[in-house]
Amino acid sequence: MSGRTALLSGNEATAIAMRQARPDVFAAFPITPSTEIPQYFSKFVADGETPAVFVPVESEHSSMSACIGAAASGARSFTATSANGLALMWEELYIAASLRLPVVMACVNRALSGPININNDHSDSMGARDSGWIQLYSENAQEAYDQFFIALKTAESVGLPAMTCQDGFITSHAVEPVELLEDGKAAGYCGTWKPGRTLLSGPVSMGPYDGAEFYMEHKRQQSDAVSQAFEAHARAVREYGALSGRLLDPVEEYRLDDAEYAFVLIGSSAGTGKDAVDRLRERGHRVGLLKIRLFRPFPAEAIARALSGRRAVAVMDKCDGFSGSGGPLAAEVAGALYGTPAAERPELRPFVYGLGGRDVWVEEFFGIYESLRNPWAADAGRVEYRGVREEAPV
Amino acid sequence: MANETRKFLPSWRTIDSAGTVAVPGSSEKFLTGDWRTERPVWKAEACRHCALCVPACPDSSIPFGADQRRGGFDLDHCKGCGVCAAVCPFGAISMIPEGGLK
Ligand code: SF4
Ligand code: SF4
Repeated sequence: MSGRTALLSGNEATAIAMRQARPDVFAAFPITPSTEIPQYFSKFVADGETPAVFVPVESEHSSMSACIGAAASGARSFTATSANGLALMWEELYIAASLRLPVVMACVNRALSGPININNDHSDSMGARDSGWIQLYSENAQEAYDQFFIALKTAESVGLPAMTCQDGFITSHAVEPVELLEDGKAAGYCGTWKPGRTLLSGPVSMGPYDGAEFYMEHKRQQSDAVSQAFEAHARAVREYGALSGRLLDPVEEYRLDDAEYAFVLIGSSAGTGKDAVDRLRERGHRVGLLKIRLFRPFPAEAIARALSGRRAVAVMDKCDGFSGSGGPLAAEVAGALYGTPAAERPELRPFVYGLGGRDVWVEEFFGIYESLRNPWAADAGRVEYRGVREEAPV
Repeated sequence: MANETRKFLPSWRTIDSAGTVAVPGSSEKFLTGDWRTERPVWKAEACRHCALCVPACPDSSIPFGADQRRGGFDLDHCKGCGVCAAVCPFGAISMIPEGGLK
């Protein structure tokens, strides 16, 4: 059924998925903590393990431009980046999405300046959430590996770019057992991309000026593709599940069945959160966890279904939206719950935690749970910050 | 844009994906002449057909024939930038206000 199990970091597992997905082009510029991905991939190229062309560029603006040019010519194109590198791609992110080019990127989440920091939070990719890219977040190296294939399949079937996100260092550099697909099975799953018109298929102009008479129709068309991505993603997940035995639905419910309280979060902290849930359950508390894998498009219905009827939910953002009321996940979950009947709607508490690599412990979850069970403190503000020092030691 | 015009344009369902233009040379169909606020006027009798203005035009609106002679302006595409008038060494091009605006 499946291939071998290897001890791999999230970065190495992702690079292997990229080789197995048989790209034509890989363009990248190194940036911590994603540097290892192009490093491993360029070794595959040097060792003749992939026929892909490796394009070493002088910036991330160029790596995304190279991917766009290659994809516009019909080439399956990959890149990897983090934080400031992603920020330097900003203009091209929108161009890849609006030109409907299924470039696939591995984003290794790192705090976006400043002050400069190389450790994990989600401020880089969360800023790109409205750029038109599909976004999938992984809890561990296995998910980072698996979801790369799912991202590719979804992207190519609807003609939109996709990024897989994993937590910098925590997932990208920690080594854990990862079950790999056999090369042949992975290639069979990925198939070959069948692009429509390309720069090589005849005289075409891509990305010409789009005036007020046409622009809105193209945006509506793009939004339709994003809606279709739900179904395409579900199909990709089903097929991948049949191949690997691992089902990576848009959200993962952990011990939520009879839960009165829930943690809602993204990424590697889900592992710590599940441990906290287990320990709280041992003491008889009815608490569970909801992990979000698919963030774009946003699975609002699945989230509303999973959370409605709970007493209170803690929505935990590893990113401050600077909106004054929490991070982007809290805002999106609040939006998802607004459509549920008022009587079923849980109280929603936004938390911001883990910025710039600040560790989150099981005890932190206990504290959040305590906070959830107590009535909202009048002086708490609209968002609670966890793990931040409040008083200087005396 | 007037509503009468709008109904002849493709809907978001039928419009070309991503605005990709799949026919060559289509920019010629985009008449940019109505962007002009000033119009170049060619004084044929002063022109020495030196062709200095021809490559200076950013809109390829000055034809130059196989007979090595300059032709009249393509006013469907000329945007009235005035570069040609500035480069002509013989004063054979002048710019006048477009549309009778004072
Ligand atoms: S005015 Fe400008 S656009 Fe028009 S012919 Fe002269 S150079 Fe070309
Ligand atoms: S630059 Fe002046 S003289 Fe020379 S071809 Fe143009 S209009 Fe004629």
